[in-house]
Amino acid sequence: MAITADEVKHVAQLAKLEFTDDELQMFAGQMDDIIKMVQQLSEVDTTGVPVTSTVAEAKNVMREDKAIKGTDRETLMHNVPQKDRGFVKVPAIIDESEEG
Amino acid sequence: MNFTTTIGLEVHVEMKTNSKAFSPAPVQYGQEPNTNTNVIDWGYPGVLPEVNQGALEYGMRAALALNCHITKDIHFDRKNYFYPDNPKAYQITQAQTPIGHDGFLEVELEDGSKKKIGIEEMHVEEDAGKNTHDPDGYSYVDLNRQGTPLIEIVSKPDIASADEAYAYLKKLRQVIQFTGVSDVKMEEGSMRADANISVRPIGSDQYGTKTEMKNLNSFEHVRSGLKFEEKRQENVIRAGGSIQQETRRFDVNTGETVLMRVKEGKSDYRYFPEPDLPPIHISDDWIKEVKDSIPEMPEQRRARYVNEWGVTEYDANVLTQTMEMSDFFEATVAAGADPKLAANWLMGDVSAYMNDKKLELADLALTPEHLAQMIGLIKDETISSKIAKKVFKQIVANDTDPKAWVEEKGMVQLSDPETLQPIIDEVLDNNAKSIEDFKNGKDRAVGFLVGNIMKQTRGKANPKVVNKLLMASLKER
Amino acid sequence: MDYFKNDLSSLHAGLLNKDFSAQELTAETFEQIKARDQKIESFLTLNEQQALAAAKKVDEDGITDADKLAGIPVGIKDNIVTKGLKTTAASKILGNFEPVYDATVMDKLNAAKMINVGKLNLDEFAMGGSTENSAFKITKNAWDQTKVPGGSSGGPAAAVASGQLLAALGTDTGGSIRQPAAFNGIVGVKPTYGRVSRYGVIAFGSSLDQVGPMTRSVKDNALMLSAIAGHDKHDFTTSEREVPDFTAKLDGDIKGMRIGVPKEFMDQGVADDVREAIKNAIKIYEKLGATVEEVSLPYSKYGVPVYYIIASSEASSNLQRYDGIRYGFRADDVKNLEDVYVRSRSEGFGDEVKRRIMLGTFSLSAGTYDAYFKKAAQVRTLICQDFSNVFENYDLILAPTTTSTAFGIGEEINDPVTMYMNDILTIPVNLTGLPGMSLPAGFSNGLPIGMQLIAPQFGEETMYRAGYAFEQATDFHKEVPTIGGEN
Repeated sequence: MAITADEVKHVAQLAKLEFTDDELQMFAGQMDDIIKMVQQLSEVDTTGVPVTSTVAEAKNVMREDKAIKGTDRETLMHNVPQKDRGFVKVPAIIDESEEG
Repeated sequence: MNFTTTIGLEVHVEMKTNSKAFSPAPVQYGQEPNTNTNVIDWGYPGVLPEVNQGALEYGMRAALALNCHITKDIHFDRKNYFYPDNPKAYQITQAQTPIGHDGFLEVELEDGSKKKIGIEEMHVEEDAGKNTHDPDGYSYVDLNRQGTPLIEIVSKPDIASADEAYAYLKKLRQVIQFTGVSDVKMEEGSMRADANISVRPIGSDQYGTKTEMKNLNSFEHVRSGLKFEEKRQENVIRAGGSIQQETRRFDVNTGETVLMRVKEGKSDYRYFPEPDLPPIHISDDWIKEVKDSIPEMPEQRRARYVNEWGVTEYDANVLTQTMEMSDFFEATVAAGADPKLAANWLMGDVSAYMNDKKLELADLALTPEHLAQMIGLIKDETISSKIAKKVFKQIVANDTDPKAWVEEKGMVQLSDPETLQPIIDEVLDNNAKSIEDFKNGKDRAVGFLVGNIMKQTRGKANPKVVNKLLMASLKER
Repeated sequence: MDYFKNDLSSLHAGLLNKDFSAQELTAETFEQIKARDQKIESFLTLNEQQALAAAKKVDEDGITDADKLAGIPVGIKDNIVTKGLKTTAASKILGNFEPVYDATVMDKLNAAKMINVGKLNLDEFAMGGSTENSAFKITKNAWDQTKVPGGSSGGPAAAVASGQLLAALGTDTGGSIRQPAAFNGIVGVKPTYGRVSRYGVIAFGSSLDQVGPMTRSVKDNALMLSAIAGHDKHDFTTSEREVPDFTAKLDGDIKGMRIGVPKEFMDQGVADDVREAIKNAIKIYEKLGATVEEVSLPYSKYGVPVYYIIASSEASSNLQRYDGIRYGFRADDVKNLEDVYVRSRSEGFGDEVKRRIMLGTFSLSAGTYDAYFKKAAQVRTLICQDFSNVFENYDLILAPTTTSTAFGIGEEINDPVTMYMNDILTIPVNLTGLPGMSLPAGFSNGLPIGMQLIAPQFGEETMYRAGYAFEQATDFHKEVPTIGGEN
């Protein structure tokens, strides 16, 4: 399977990245190489094999429902590029299609 | 062409835990922006989620109350999407292992019949923060709500009409409220509904294309929106058109739904297991513990009202529609009120007052203790039912002790014959004509005399005692 | 202070005897850094004022024999957050980021009264094996400044190897501690997943990341791991096991130890000089009384594709928070929200990071999830089983750390697949969560060769014992580089 520039563009959209045409060519080529490498996996029979999504020994870890006072707002706001009256300020949303 | 309607509802309910689902910041409403947050809520580099056992237990409680099976081995998943109120750009949710699945809710329809509506699944997840759009071209982000635990309840497509959807939501709110996991207030956003609806010609075995309405914030809007949408879809199909998959908004002013956006394929949320939280096994013991912690549900309360307190089935049903009412009723009885009288007052004057003023029980100055005391005053004939109306007006709107107020205002009913007899004698002395009429068999005269006596006592005379004394006096004349 | 002639214990003894004060040691360390780092370029940020103030405090409070690490300088890879001290992950997107809290490992080092002298270079967001992907500078190999120091913990490795520090903290997601340790002839340990808290470590591959020490000797390494390991209530994946004193059983006695050498790790493109060094190491272990046998890990050859899918998928999600809204770089002249996202991220991330985000996003997409992410997570299970099978009969696995010695700067940067294949020997250890160590096992053309020891889950003590025995039996660790003709 070769990945096309259009597919790369679609993935970029999901990842909120944009590329120039030259970059798109380069990324499509490199991703193609990577995907070829990755496709070795198709030769492994994984019928009935469970997935491993963590190798942590810990299980059933939960926190007791106790509240701890919020962190000082000024501290949290320290790195905010644009702020106003205790809010984080961002240019308006035009497309709401990603709203959950 | 006649149609069958298929409706599915996804309901989000905010849980009133002490702390957030994946951070120990407090869950509190109405605070200054960004004050109930910490580095985890902000998605600061390097932070990790800390799952709240309380949120899982509340989720389990709701799942059990909705007759769900509990998933024994659960993990969390990430749902990836960018939005300013979603600081990590992923929401931690349960896509693969919802805590509850395959439950049902039995709803009562308007014709009195009952219907089981299936619950596909129920999962625990985190809420997003809040974005306020300003006309200045900017949005303002407050992360106080970020991380508040939610349960999402997904119905099966068993709902066949807007009225059924309405009944389902009402019942769902009632059940969730009685479990004690949420206040379930649609107006305040602690309960939000997304509805999808499709129609198909009767006899067709394929579902029609569905449209969706998101974030509906009142039961009425859900019902009106679905009714409008049902008609609209039918009309489109009748006219030979086809429905496209789209999200529509319910316009409160026109009562119509309007197109928001057309859905181009499925959103790609790139779900995958949350690697920062190890899986959790839910043991039978734990399920039992949670089951035992569920408070008394409406059905049980109703049975108790009928069997122990002699309240009618109908009244018991009305009183258990909301937990506020049910709790208020029980507190009033606990404060010494006769249960039947308490039920009458709550369903009568109290409800009328709330409807009139558009207030909730919690907004009233009325306390169960004051209501019980007033009912006691009526029962022991300290006040007449006429005076009681005045007393009620006072205590429903003010924090007034009814007994003290009645005494202070001199509203105590006159039941003492020694006080009443001279007044009766005086009235009789001044109305010889009426005595004659009475003797001539004109019963109307009694009413006239009683009216006069009441007037003399400014309405405070106990009608029963007056009647008795008057009849005796008349016989003696 | 000549770090080539000292270790953590000798510095501790010197401080305890008041041969020198913590302030003197710290000041001298900065002098050394300023002299040597011009050639090596391992530091991104120096923490001079704070460090000197902290050293002063240590001197004032006094040092007891129990404070094994008190007053001793340490360097921190710049993807571990340090409160109030710029932390960039070597990315433009965090170019001016000032953390508002300390990572748990920093809390632990602070409690041990170590002196944080500064933040060390890495491949952007720890993605890479050469430190060439840093947005800020290219760190040089301590032994040959035309060669890469490896990566992603190239900064910590080169700083320790060039005698600027005795200890540094790195992170390892696919070999990022062990490979640069091998390239620079030092000791690097990736602990068992869950041994050390990840809280405050800028996430790359959350199911793979671990923090670990980089030092010049096995014992120093054990001392450092004892200080940073342990359960953390902020990291739910940490183990509640007691942390042993990893230095306790370092006696050189490994008689009867059963060591397996995976045949797959000795042929797959392993350079002759590296293979020879490992064969020599096998002989040394046999002489020390261990039994060494060939074993097989048949699924390990799929480690690289499995790793690149899983690590990139997790990274694509972990790096979404860098959106220009709450912290970090925001592009100029942005007109709307989409602009804030797309332009800030496109201008803020470097190419390798973008490549991984793209691969990860692709692997998690609705149409590809089963064939990519899920498939990889299943093969991961098979790789875990391979290792479990071997550890039924063996105490330890021995293998090369890398397929070759350090390559030249600029040689492989434009060939991602070749670059990825370099990690073939280190990746399985991350996929399985096992502890792994790289330590010096030889030289070829003046460049160090690293040997890797892999232990069962939470078997770090065995690994340190075997590493220490080897170190005592050899002189490789005594070699020191000449930096720009001096040292």
